[in-house]
Amino acid sequence: MQLTDQRDIAADPATVWAAILDPQVLMACIPGCESLTGSPEDGFEAVVVQKVGPVKARFTGLVKLSDMVAGESLTISGEGKGGPAGFAKGGAKVTLTAIPQGTRLGYDVQANVGGKLAQLGSRIIDGFAKKMADDFFARFQETVEGPAAADDMPEDAAPGNDAGGEAGNGQKKGWFKRLIG
Amino acid sequence: MPKDGGIGASTKRREDIRFLTGKGRYTDDINLRGQAYAHFVRSEVAHGRIKGIDFAAAEAMEGVVKVFTAADFAGVGGIPCGWQITDKHGKVMLEPKHPVLADGKVRHVGDPICVVVADTYEQARDAAEMIEIDIEELPAVLDMKAAIEPGGTLVHEEIGSNLCFDWGFVEENKAAVDEAFAKAAHVTTLELVNNRLVANPMEPRVAVADFESHSDQYTLYTTSQNPHVIRLLMGAFVLGIPEHKLRVVAPDVGGGFGSKIYHYAEEAFVTFAAKVVKRPVKWTSSRSEAFLSDAQGRDHVTKIELALDAENNFTAIRTDTYANMGAYLSTFAPAIPTWLHGTLMAGNYKTPLIYVNVKAVFTNTIPVDAYRGAGRPEATFQLERLVDKAARELGVDPVALRRQNFITEFPYQTPVAVVYDTGNYHATMDKLLEISDHAGFEARRMESAARGKLRGFGIAHYIEACGIAPSNLVGQLGARAGLYESATVRVNATGSISVYTGSHSHGQGHETSFAQVVAEMIGIDAAQIDIVHGDTSNTPMGMGTYGSRSLAVGGSAIVKATNKIINKAKKIASHLLEAAEGDIELKDGKFTVAGTDKSVDWVGVTLAAYVPHNYPLESLEPGLEETAFYDPSNFTYPSGAYGCEVEVDADTGQVTVLAFSAADDFGNIVNPMIVEGQVQGGLAQGIGQALMENCAYDENGQLLSGSFMDYAMPRATDLPMFNVDHSCVTPCTHNPLGVKGCGEAGAIGSPPAVVNAVIDALIRGGHDVKHIDMPLTPSRVWAAING
Repeated sequence: MQLTDQRDIAADPATVWAAILDPQVLMACIPGCESLTGSPEDGFEAVVVQKVGPVKARFTGLVKLSDMVAGESLTISGEGKGGPAGFAKGGAKVTLTAIPQGTRLGYDVQANVGGKLAQLGSRIIDGFAKKMADDFFARFQETVEGPAAADDMPEDAAPGNDAGGEAGNGQKKGWFKRLIG
Repeated sequence: MPKDGGIGASTKRREDIRFLTGKGRYTDDINLRGQAYAHFVRSEVAHGRIKGIDFAAAEAMEGVVKVFTAADFAGVGGIPCGWQITDKHGKVMLEPKHPVLADGKVRHVGDPICVVVADTYEQARDAAEMIEIDIEELPAVLDMKAAIEPGGTLVHEEIGSNLCFDWGFVEENKAAVDEAFAKAAHVTTLELVNNRLVANPMEPRVAVADFESHSDQYTLYTTSQNPHVIRLLMGAFVLGIPEHKLRVVAPDVGGGFGSKIYHYAEEAFVTFAAKVVKRPVKWTSSRSEAFLSDAQGRDHVTKIELALDAENNFTAIRTDTYANMGAYLSTFAPAIPTWLHGTLMAGNYKTPLIYVNVKAVFTNTIPVDAYRGAGRPEATFQLERLVDKAARELGVDPVALRRQNFITEFPYQTPVAVVYDTGNYHATMDKLLEISDHAGFEARRMESAARGKLRGFGIAHYIEACGIAPSNLVGQLGARAGLYESATVRVNATGSISVYTGSHSHGQGHETSFAQVVAEMIGIDAAQIDIVHGDTSNTPMGMGTYGSRSLAVGGSAIVKATNKIINKAKKIASHLLEAAEGDIELKDGKFTVAGTDKSVDWVGVTLAAYVPHNYPLESLEPGLEETAFYDPSNFTYPSGAYGCEVEVDADTGQVTVLAFSAADDFGNIVNPMIVEGQVQGGLAQGIGQALMENCAYDENGQLLSGSFMDYAMPRATDLPMFNVDHSCVTPCTHNPLGVKGCGEAGAIGSPPAVVNAVIDALIRGGHDVKHIDMPLTPSRVWAAING
């Protein structure tokens, strides 16, 4: 499956770039991520729990960052083994473009599954991959921009693609401040 | 008045008493004392190199007896193929190794890599999750045409090509066929896909095996359509077990549709493992596993052309087919797109010149083999779609074009080797038009149109070659087995009879219909006769049930053995009645001296045979038991006309089958009710193929339609009430019952009738649609309507 989308983030490209390379940000943004260790250079080891239709599994695998052009673009790719559930592979080619409101983050996602996930979940895999990607980038945007006033806003109400309109709201904390408290 | 017993009676199926009350004894009902459970760990990728298997943690788990890998099968044979095709250059097909467990490489999703044997099924499954398999994924070979381009990825490196064979039939006719096309007044061309199907019998496969070390005796219980074939293949070619030390039992089997003909790795595994672990081993397939491990059906990509002269007579047919073999050669796979397909390309028509080219291709998919109809549905679909398309192009009535070209004189030598012994295609066409109220179609179409719906009527006329097959012929064609059938008729002292047949019943009702045949011949009540099948230890060597062969071949063996019984019984009667043997008549279970009232009843003779106090011991052995083998002299050729009436919702593309009529000529009929049931089941499967069933892989070879959530099986609500007629009878000329076989007809004749009906509806509705590939799902039909 393939998916192309973009969203505008109220932060400059350098800030966005730094966030993408931060394991803590990645961990916070990958839906269902239980742990993520490593470095941008060597790749990250991740444990992700996800439910795809009838199949729930704990995926362990590697997340790699490649094709890195600082401040401009990179490829995030991951391959997770879910034991008896099968495996999932995917990647996103991410581009950053400076715009007046901050940064336009474009992404081109492709995902593949195998084993039981493909056998039982193929019907819903496109929708699942889209949701994973949307969740990831929505969380990423939220993390970078800082949440709206309601800090404990439920995940389901996370801002969508047009959330960039709220950019500049003074009540938000930046991602860096959030992480360091 | 209909008969209430014997041949021609709609006797209720005796086996249904146990099936409908939960008393059937299926393989999974068999549990042997101390058995262990096998769980197969299967490949999750379509193609890859096995770099390592770490099963130490699994083997250390509680209850685990042993983890098996390919290393345990060093020195064991692979899964054999039962048919060798010689290609158009005289070269034998490429035959790759098919190990019991994947050795070095995996070649399809579901390819078994290792097996955990444990005390319980749950322990085996839990341990399987601990096994770490390191696989280097390779590009998956999926597209057949790309697969045979030089330089591509190979499914089997050791054979050097993905092209299993390139078969030309009849190769000597090719130039003449090409010439006929050059001279044709009109040529109709059609490119189509015959969609891959999953057989999905109600009962998934099961195998449980035992080994007795004190006698070196193996016993395998398995879900098979042909236990003797499994014993021969597995014993001789895989495990090296002599037949007398291997008993194979196929008890009640819940449907097969071809998928339970073949010898599978799981059967060989449990038999092998039972000896290694010194206890019985059982494997039960889950439905998910069945999708990944049962041989699948069809999967042809075809271009077919028809040449016609200026008077619309068919002058030549030329076809070019790519047939998917999957990753390995299943037992009969090479025979399906060749001898069971090419030989039927004449259909019901007197086309003088035919050339069929079939390229069989290895891909990283589950193996493909016979599925209900096996090659004949593929031939019929091409031909009947093509003739319909030709009729439209020429602006003639599709019925009239068919009738004009029907074969009318028999025996008829086709240009594709086979000789049709008998048939009457105009009669079945007449009957179809009558029972489907074809004349009233226009009024019904107007009524649909008034509701905004498009109504269409589609016709197909099929022929199939059944009663397979003459052994000397199939031997010349590459079969590595004979295709006779066997029967032992054992008459007991008090007159009851046990018939041991080499055929196997897995839903066909043999226990009822075979008993009707013997009851008719002797003139006793069918309740006195039991049919025994499925156990190599008590039935004579038989080839099993497939290809609509059981009554035509197996039934003929029973007739032959029963005739031997009757002849001997007459000798005994002549002694008891002190009359010449030639004067003894058997009628209604009584032996009478012709022209007198002197008689002895059936039991009087059978008792004398086993208590031979007054018996011609000097010239006749005691006892009354005879065995016969019957090898047919030709195929049988059932044929029929099928009509489908559909309504299409042009807004959504939804197709509704409103009516389906089938006028078949099956020759003589033993049990009309069973025949009707067989046709109905076949129609359901054929309509399923035409409208909803599809086995789909993604671009990496992952099976996408791997469960009933994604693989659409036809349900009762998808089907109309069927209108089934088999009153057109031209008896088979070469078997004693005059029967032709009815098991596959429904699945052969229905797909083209359905597609023709949908195309008819669309064209009548003003949409210029030439063809839609099966399954005709709403999205495909809608896309065709909307360009």
